[in-house]
Amino acid sequence: MSGLAYTRFELVRTFRNRRFYIFSIGIPILLYWVIAAPQHNKIITGTAFTYGIYYMVSLASFGTMMSMLSTGARIAGERQVGWTRQLRISPLSVRAYFRAKILTAYAMALLSLCLLYISGAILGASLPAERWLEMTGLIVIALVPLAALGILVGHLITTDSAGPAMGGLVTFLALLGGTYFPITGGVLHTIGQLLPSWWLVQAGHIALHGRGWPVRGWITVLAWTAILATGAGWAYRRDTTKV
Amino acid sequence: MTAQAPAQTDGGIRLNGLIKTFRGPHGPIHAVRGIDVSIAAGETAALLGPNGAGKSTTIDMMLGLSKPDGGTVTVFGRPPREAVDAGLIGAMLQSGALIRDVSVRELVTMMASLYPDPMDVDEALEVTGLKAMASQRTQKLSGGETQRARFALAIVSNPELLVLDEPTVAMDVEGRREFWSIMRAFAARGRTVLFATHYLEEADANADRAILMAHGRVVADGPTTEIKARVGRRTLRATLEDVDPSTLACLPGVASAERHGDAVILSCTDSDQAIRALLERYPAARDIEITGGSLEEAFLELTGEPDDEVSELVAP
Repeated sequence: MSGLAYTRFELVRTFRNRRFYIFSIGIPILLYWVIAAPQHNKIITGTAFTYGIYYMVSLASFGTMMSMLSTGARIAGERQVGWTRQLRISPLSVRAYFRAKILTAYAMALLSLCLLYISGAILGASLPAERWLEMTGLIVIALVPLAALGILVGHLITTDSAGPAMGGLVTFLALLGGTYFPITGGVLHTIGQLLPSWWLVQAGHIALHGRGWPVRGWITVLAWTAILATGAGWAYRRDTTKV
Repeated sequence: MTAQAPAQTDGGIRLNGLIKTFRGPHGPIHAVRGIDVSIAAGETAALLGPNGAGKSTTIDMMLGLSKPDGGTVTVFGRPPREAVDAGLIGAMLQSGALIRDVSVRELVTMMASLYPDPMDVDEALEVTGLKAMASQRTQKLSGGETQRARFALAIVSNPELLVLDEPTVAMDVEGRREFWSIMRAFAARGRTVLFATHYLEEADANADRAILMAHGRVVADGPTTEIKARVGRRTLRATLEDVDPSTLACLPGVASAERHGDAVILSCTDSDQAIRALLERYPAARDIEITGGSLEEAFLELTGEPDDEVSELVAP
């Protein structure tokens, strides 16, 4: 029971911090409206997609990734004020702590996703229901390793390095994952496919071409989940000293 | 409060041969160099020492936040981590603020929910004087109120062992007085309390026992009255020629005396007695100054660090 009370507490706390969610949820929505709204029904040259749907899908991966990684900045802040050490000397289990952090990150990501879908619908992006569902399902799965990454990074950085670290990480993952522009060949393509963000972007692209992940995608996501979850556990356990 | 099964607090707190070394920029820092201390259940003990004595490092090991490089810690017969998981320890760590965006009540309620046998949240808010600001957001609290809220977080767990690491640092005089009276009321419930401080007066007024630490070692350990007699000395300084320090050391209230040129420096256990006796026998004494001896000086004396002034001391 105790763990659930902590999860509820984390959710309440997160959604009270307006500045936090305005930036992490608002920015992808704002970008979407700025890019797509003026030309939402126009077909992007060389593709079969309108601006409205293409950018909804691209920003879905970008927005949800930001929500996941923003956990790291929050954890860095909690460590700074000594809250993490206070929790360490309570009976709260590691499992309950991780559950609260992951569920809070997912709540943010899903809110971000919903707002993008609604914006997309307003701007005329239409898809068959099963495409919406499959895309959403795979996005949720692709976010698992990124949830672990958020926690891992949060226990390694300090608040003054949180900005550049998070900004850099999101840009790196988004760029090589193919969020900003499609990567179709060469070294970047090879490297990109090894990243979890690549498959997050691919999950979004299901909406466009209707193809799910190949086996390779599942293996990559699973492997990153194992690596980053282990890393997050390690970082949390060693993080007992004053920051 | 419910009576705890005696087995739960069996053995009190035991630190055996505790050692902790950190890597520093100029070689290893020996923060704790072998500490042996036992604190019985129900005792209120002060960990007294200047900054850098190793108090916080010792407390971190006692709470399972840091692993000793040598030696062992047991809290009520268990390793610290197990005692923490069983909800037996409540602690107020040194410094630190509160997380934002929650009310004082929400914060204390959440903390209470993590423990098997917590104190009533209203009671915790009441005794820490936070009732009036229970619905305030934590970021709106003043420094003293923040400390009280941190104290509420420590006691709402209704712990068998309460650990306070320099708890009154951000408080004003009135705040300190209130804080210690709440702490004593809590200790009166038969709980074990250990607090770290660098104020001798705090240890004297609030603990049964003081454990003096300096340079990572325990340099004295005993009832506070005894410790106070050892380190609570005042220094009387006067200009007085042609009197042998060993004669001055025999004056009532004087523990030891030394000479620096024309000046004599008397280390006094009772400076009132000492000055009366001094002026009665040596009316020529002048430029008299009486100062409270600092804890640091007392520690230097107790640790027997090589120091010119200390080696010149003449015992009575």
